[in-house]
Amino acid sequence: MADSVGRQVDSINHATGKINRLKLFKRKELTKEEKQRLRKEKKQHKKNKKDDRGPPEKEKEKEKASVPAPSKPATQSPAHKAAPVPVNASASESPVAAEKPAKSKAELRAERRARQDSERASKQGKKEGGQQSTSSKPKATPNELQPVVKRLPDHVQVDDPVALKKLAKKLERQQVRQINIVMLCLLSDCCPLTDDGFIQVFSEITLHIPVTVIHPSIVRLGLQYSQGIIAGSNARSVALLHAFKQVIQDYSTPPNEELSRDLVNKLSPYISFLSQCRPLSASMGNAIKYIKKEISNIPSQCKEEEAKRILQECIDSYINEKIILASEAISKYAIEKISDGDVILVYGCSSLVNHILCEAFEKQRKFRVIVVDSRPRLEGREALRRLVKKGIRCTYVLISALSYILPEVSKVFLGAHALLANGYVMSRVGTSQIALVAKAYNVPVLVCCETYKFCERVQTDSFVSNELDDPDDLIVTRNGKTHLENWQTVKSLGLLNLVYDVTPPDFVDLVITDLGMIPCTSVPVVLRVKNVDQ
Amino acid sequence: MELQAVLMAAGGGSRMMDLTYNTPKPLLPVGNRPLIWYPLNLLERVGFEEVIVITTKEVQKALSADHRLKTDVKMRLDVVCIQEEADMGTADALRHIQQKIKTDILVVSCDLITDVALHEVVDLFRAHSATLSMLMSKVHEFTETVPGQKGKKKAGEQRDFVGVDVTGKRLLFMANEADLDEGLVFRKSIMRKHPRMLIKTGLLDAHLYCLKRSVVDFLVHNKSVTSIRGELVPYLVRKQFSKSLNSQNETEDSEKNQKQQDLLSTSKDEALLQLARERSCWNDHRGDMSEAYHGGKLRCYVHIMEEGMCYRVNTLAAYIEANRVVPKLFEDPPIHPGALVSERSLVGSDSIIGPLCQISDRTSIKRSNVGMSTTIKEKVKITNSIIMNGVIIEEGCNIQGSVICNNAVIGRGADIKYCLVGSGQHVEPEGENKIMFGNNNLDISDLFVYTMIVY
Repeated sequence: MADSVGRQVDSINHATGKINRLKLFKRKELTKEEKQRLRKEKKQHKKNKKDDRGPPEKEKEKEKASVPAPSKPATQSPAHKAAPVPVNASASESPVAAEKPAKSKAELRAERRARQDSERASKQGKKEGGQQSTSSKPKATPNELQPVVKRLPDHVQVDDPVALKKLAKKLERQQVRQINIVMLCLLSDCCPLTDDGFIQVFSEITLHIPVTVIHPSIVRLGLQYSQGIIAGSNARSVALLHAFKQVIQDYSTPPNEELSRDLVNKLSPYISFLSQCRPLSASMGNAIKYIKKEISNIPSQCKEEEAKRILQECIDSYINEKIILASEAISKYAIEKISDGDVILVYGCSSLVNHILCEAFEKQRKFRVIVVDSRPRLEGREALRRLVKKGIRCTYVLISALSYILPEVSKVFLGAHALLANGYVMSRVGTSQIALVAKAYNVPVLVCCETYKFCERVQTDSFVSNELDDPDDLIVTRNGKTHLENWQTVKSLGLLNLVYDVTPPDFVDLVITDLGMIPCTSVPVVLRVKNVDQ
Repeated sequence: MELQAVLMAAGGGSRMMDLTYNTPKPLLPVGNRPLIWYPLNLLERVGFEEVIVITTKEVQKALSADHRLKTDVKMRLDVVCIQEEADMGTADALRHIQQKIKTDILVVSCDLITDVALHEVVDLFRAHSATLSMLMSKVHEFTETVPGQKGKKKAGEQRDFVGVDVTGKRLLFMANEADLDEGLVFRKSIMRKHPRMLIKTGLLDAHLYCLKRSVVDFLVHNKSVTSIRGELVPYLVRKQFSKSLNSQNETEDSEKNQKQQDLLSTSKDEALLQLARERSCWNDHRGDMSEAYHGGKLRCYVHIMEEGMCYRVNTLAAYIEANRVVPKLFEDPPIHPGALVSERSLVGSDSIIGPLCQISDRTSIKRSNVGMSTTIKEKVKITNSIIMNGVIIEEGCNIQGSVICNNAVIGRGADIKYCLVGSGQHVEPEGENKIMFGNNNLDISDLFVYTMIVY
């Protein structure tokens, strides 16, 4: 289990500002003791700090104290230290700085704890230091210490430095070492008010080339997500499941571990990595939930080969049912709604809507399509290409011409990224605009969405939580002039590039799902029924 | 494991025979480290833990004997020896180690000195599932005078024509001037798919390739391919647009060799990938009706370095240039602590002195690299020169713009300008012979001291 007996392991306890060096060969006893000790410290802390510290710091310390160790071994050459060290230093120095005001009392408590620990340490041979060692921390932790692997929050408040640092800490613990550099740069880049280099992002993700911590197909997937090579809710889910199939294929249960538990723990850092490359979509989240459930349901007496085969089949059947067959069912329903002579308006590039239209065309329906497109992604061009290749008559407009073209339109078909629990439709930015204007012109709006994209979240506007894209995409060069070239130097200017927006159910007339055609307000019913089934 | 690194260190250095007739090219000292250390360091920096080194027995012995290399390089070196006489090309070498190759490979040449961010090349390889991904760099003009150069550089170097698409990443065309008769010939299929192509000359091929595993299998079946750069790369670039590509001969062959089980699983996975790609709203080009990558399965990508250092040390000029530039990269102290430098000598700040040197009084060393275990006696002036290991320079010498190879002995009072003194040679002391060579009017052979000069 231990790769080198007697190696020292550093873990930082920020609450007290000391390092506890744990010796590996006593690891089994240490873990329990360490947990107990941490729990005791936590309790003491809570009591003492109720009066002089606010809630955020308490939570921070609780979290730091409760996660003993990350889950991944680190077989890294010392050359890597150069890259993570400066950022680790900054990441861990800043929380310390935040705690400085209360240092005096903390110091007293620290001394008291130090005394207690030294007594314990003398019994168990633990050593203590007063400084922080940032560089060795993420590297030297073994994976034998039973990890409590925490899922990262899906939604991080981007401009809140405290939240960012919390996230950085969690990532460090999960041994997603190269990501914490990325994360700080990625998020601060996406926040339009800071000016960290965008180049840093991708270089740090993939700097460690023979990735031993993250499976290569996951690295490839992350790259493809961040470069936009795989875009679109369905495509991302399918690619994710494909990558998980590779991971499961290459997985081998370590001794004394159960596949059902260990594999789930193995997947968590991968998921963190992917969410840092690009925030997870609702469909991906549901797929991950499904896989984790399937993995935990594997009976313990199942042999590894058998278990792997079962999981591969589960994944295949999930894709088949929820994506392929669902799209067949949806097109069947949708085609009933398309009559001859229809003028159908679509927005952007939704794989499902394109599929519906192509099927309808094959079934000899006579209709024509108006493709509406918007900057900066201009995805409508791809939709236009696919429809025209099929032979459908198409018109292409930008979203600014929407109110001009709507009087001609008989129906609007929209795709969805997710359907929220309160009936709101989350889709590409611009969709709510289309639904609004269509409502004003009394044109029916039909949203097509598979049930696996239904999610439990509730949101009523696009600002409370959204994905931020690269603000430099908004900059355009016309006639050789780029007006927004130095937008970062202008203090009062920020560029905001949102990716999604939410459409209220009042503007949506029908949602076509694989369960049938339901009104928008029935989404919570579907969710409830799904949960009961599971 | 995703990538295996293969370091090709069996090359003879045929373009700088003066330096390599005695010392094998991978062991030539550049900035007081053996040339092979630089690609190894590059691989180590990005995180490789093990490298397959293909080299000759001589080099292998030297590598195992070199202490410093052992401590510097922490990776595991899997040295594969090939016979020098076999005259294997790089592709032949890959065929030779075919058994060891289990994943995609990264082939590096031993004479590459660069500070490129290697992930750029590998990211292209990963993101686009490319078959080949390579590194190229803008050629830098060499500024140092080279011994033996008759003034202007001969324009005999064959140019490489490299065609890339508008993004500058996809490699569409590659040809060497030597292979072309009168002009460049393009297939119509390339122009149809990529109507805008940028053709660049003046690019230096760094001989760093990421290759898919199926390419190695292809090499095994096609024994006629001997060189990666000369034959395999142009073949792959051409094959991207060949009509019969959709049948994918190479990959099918390799798939047949796999077990049935693997075949089934790969085909299912392929179907999933295909589904993901279909559903994705991304295309690498616009303006025509075809899907991403024009439906082609074979893709070649290139990363062209605009800035940064990239040298291939395969000519004398490159060797000298590299020696100039490289010491600035590292934070090693310019004067090695193991060297005995006398107080009254003058060592310039842009010179480096290797370990175990002895530099006596009143010597002045400017802009030079002095190798290991070199003895330099009094009143010697060395400027702009490269002195390799184990050289003995007697008093009163004046060495300018020269390269002195291993274990040479420069006699007292010799005056050497812009010369190359071969390994183990003796230059007679001045008392008897005054040797002064200019670099313009004399025949090249006079400037290279191969044998004992007897006047």
